[in-house]
Amino acid sequence: MDIVDLSRLQFAFTAMIHFLFVPLTLGMAFLLAIMESVYVMTGKTIYRDMTKFWGKLFGINFALGVTTGIAMEFQFGTNWSYYSHYVGDIFGAPLAIEALMAFFLESTLIGLFFFGWDRLSKEKHLAVTWLMALASNLSALWILVANGWMQHPVGSVFNIDTMRMELTSFSEVIFNPVAQVKFVHTVSAGYVTGAVFVLAISSWYLLKGRDLPFARRSFAIASAFGLASALSVIVLGDESGYEIGDVQKVKLAAVEAEWHTHPAPAAFTVFGVPNEQTQTTDYALKIPAVLGLIATRSVTEEVAGISELKEKHLERIIRGQEAYVLMTQYRAGDKSAATINRFNEVSADLGYGMLLTAYTDDVANATAEHIAQAVEDSVPKVWPLFWSFRIMVACGVAMLVLFAAAFWHSAKRTVDKPRWLLKFALFSLPLPWIACEAGWFVAEYGRQPWAIGEILPTHLAVSQLSVSDIWFSLGAIVVLYTIFVIIEMWLMTKYARLGPSSLHTGKYDLESPATVKEA
Amino acid sequence: MDYEALRFIWWLLIGVLLIGFVVTDGFDMGVAALLKVLGKSNDERRVMINTIAPHWDGNQVWLITAGGALFAAWPTVYAASFSGFYIALMLTLFALFLRPIGFEYRAKIDNEQWRSRWDWALTAGSAIPALIFGVAFGNLLQGVPFYFDDILRLHYTGSFWALLNPFALLAGVLSLLMIVNHGATYLQLKTEAELKTRSEKLSVVLALICAVIFVLAGVWLFLAVDGYSVTSIIDTNGANRTTDKTVLISAGAWFSNYAKWPLLWLAPALGVAGFLICALASKTQRHITAFISSSLAIAMVVLTAGISMFPFVMPSSTTPAHSLTMWDATASETTLMIMFVVACIFVPLILAYTAWSYFVMRGRLNEQHIRDNSHSLY
Repeated sequence: MDIVDLSRLQFAFTAMIHFLFVPLTLGMAFLLAIMESVYVMTGKTIYRDMTKFWGKLFGINFALGVTTGIAMEFQFGTNWSYYSHYVGDIFGAPLAIEALMAFFLESTLIGLFFFGWDRLSKEKHLAVTWLMALASNLSALWILVANGWMQHPVGSVFNIDTMRMELTSFSEVIFNPVAQVKFVHTVSAGYVTGAVFVLAISSWYLLKGRDLPFARRSFAIASAFGLASALSVIVLGDESGYEIGDVQKVKLAAVEAEWHTHPAPAAFTVFGVPNEQTQTTDYALKIPAVLGLIATRSVTEEVAGISELKEKHLERIIRGQEAYVLMTQYRAGDKSAATINRFNEVSADLGYGMLLTAYTDDVANATAEHIAQAVEDSVPKVWPLFWSFRIMVACGVAMLVLFAAAFWHSAKRTVDKPRWLLKFALFSLPLPWIACEAGWFVAEYGRQPWAIGEILPTHLAVSQLSVSDIWFSLGAIVVLYTIFVIIEMWLMTKYARLGPSSLHTGKYDLESPATVKEA
Repeated sequence: MDYEALRFIWWLLIGVLLIGFVVTDGFDMGVAALLKVLGKSNDERRVMINTIAPHWDGNQVWLITAGGALFAAWPTVYAASFSGFYIALMLTLFALFLRPIGFEYRAKIDNEQWRSRWDWALTAGSAIPALIFGVAFGNLLQGVPFYFDDILRLHYTGSFWALLNPFALLAGVLSLLMIVNHGATYLQLKTEAELKTRSEKLSVVLALICAVIFVLAGVWLFLAVDGYSVTSIIDTNGANRTTDKTVLISAGAWFSNYAKWPLLWLAPALGVAGFLICALASKTQRHITAFISSSLAIAMVVLTAGISMFPFVMPSSTTPAHSLTMWDATASETTLMIMFVVACIFVPLILAYTAWSYFVMRGRLNEQHIRDNSHSLY
């Protein structure tokens, strides 16, 4: 493996592990705020105990979120130094603002959330909890503004003198439609994760017949919050972002295995086996017109197919080749008006020209074969996207059904929930994580071969490190993260089993001397 | 405000963030590094941990913010320093991994061995970054081997082992000891009885050693480390021309700013004075004075390094013309302006709610308090 593969592997691994903890933080923070609000409004201490107990689990999760988050911020500089130089002028700003506006607040207040119970009035502590929840969501907003810009770079222009992208409109970066839909979709997914977590563990207590009042109340809050969130994830899903930009079109075509452009409105492929060789989907089960409706919100617009997109890419790569050559001439000292004018005409395709550097160092004399290879690689592999998208959607639908049923039984105030529902909830515990990881994969793998859509190819973005350096860091990270995750899961399971008895209030089941000693 | 002024302001702001990091996260790293030195029992170590438990997470965000601000305001410096010091940065990262989980998980299981292991993890997680940051500064002062190619890709030609040269190691030791001392002055403020007495005694010794090393490093820098100076004219108001300048390496160049503006000598002088006052105040049990003078001293150490190198931030030892300065390795004027406005709004807010959180958690901790609240504290 070369430095590009290794750097990508390291980034994917660290990001996917980080993303195991982030969604739960996003969702749990609001659930804690809701539980504590009920406590402050009703004065019933059981709701304070709920806040404290679920807060303990929140803390175990949050610690690893922070740990794996530090790695994310360092990595752009350590492993993606050309990326950092090339787009730092735009990409760095939301990350810095995230720290200043959100992460500072969240991290300062989490200390007061855990240790301020006896030092703050009820109302002040509640304010701390709400601000902490708000700050964690603001964090997500800025991170997704940054990520949205990678998918669909707006508000910026290439500066040939400084050899990088520079910011022209910050409001365009913030109000980037891709970033906005990503934000609502991602935080809603986080709320669903938090809700499934609380629902599943509460169901386990109900199945075991222990801590019933505590578990029933947790179940009720989680089912209401979860139903609203699951609806919002699905309704506000990513689709509306797909219309914009080639990267999103390519992603859509790959996700849907749209090998060719079909007459509008396009059919939606529910299942099938994508076949890269024949560029067809075997055994496809299609529903007419649905894809056209989802993707274009019309019955007359076409959804671009992969082969048509590739034809477009061929043209852009050829223009990009010229842009790259002119850029090199300019930087070597040829600052004639002719060079500058022509460069400005073709500079929008400079990124496509850069794709060629993966196959040859001499871009000016790239052969037809190099160009054909670049065109071929300008679209990500279809089957991983096709399947991960379907896995995500299937998990989402299953969770929606779960919450609908759970909410129905909560609303009916059924004292004894049916056992099938409790078991369904318990075994749904892994679903939100599978959906989140699959969704992350669709978004980021679907962006390939670009680090920044149509601007900077992934292979150019890496740091010029040695293979052994990255093997060292990757190896160490895999070992450390594996140990951390095992410890985290073990502690999480242990505390979930202890339940509210871990608070040592003397009011809950299992508070026999043997277990009191343990925690 | 013009580009030149913004560039200068951002040099100051990066300095403010770094100083914010060493002054705040510095003391919690110091406390954690001292767990096995000053804490003789589990209860004592729990007292130490709980003095910083509500604050370390917020403090650490100064580091995250400094990283983010570097990315936004000096993208090329962020790219060059983080990838150039790759192995060192990775080791720092691995050490930092241990802190969030160390604090959180240590308390979750009441078992001697479990807690002892996490104590060591916290010690390593706090001491290693302090040491490495010092070593990194020691290397920046000597210049780092790197160059840019024709599309401004950075190529670092040194090795990790070359970073561990005598001058850099001295800077690393200074960094570690001043952070540890800072932790000890915080413990003077927040603990009682035995633990407080031990912290006072340690501070007296450490602060004096820090003063000596700081002076020694200055003399070494003057006698044996060549400095850098720009010999061409940099257009401080124009676009970055990072690689189009001429740079001279010469003895004593790191002292030219002090020769030009003698008032700048105040920074190193206050640094030495801060350490000396800290030692004296610890001896005479003036705990607030000890903590403030320690904060002043470490802030001045960082400032001294910055002033000496000004306008350089990352000189290249092999291709001096490609050295990064705070004039020609910055973000665009638009980005600097936006980030300046953001910083003006949020830094005061951060200081306000941080101060409030310290106010809420004010007061000294003792072992009785830990035992009484065994299940809710770390």
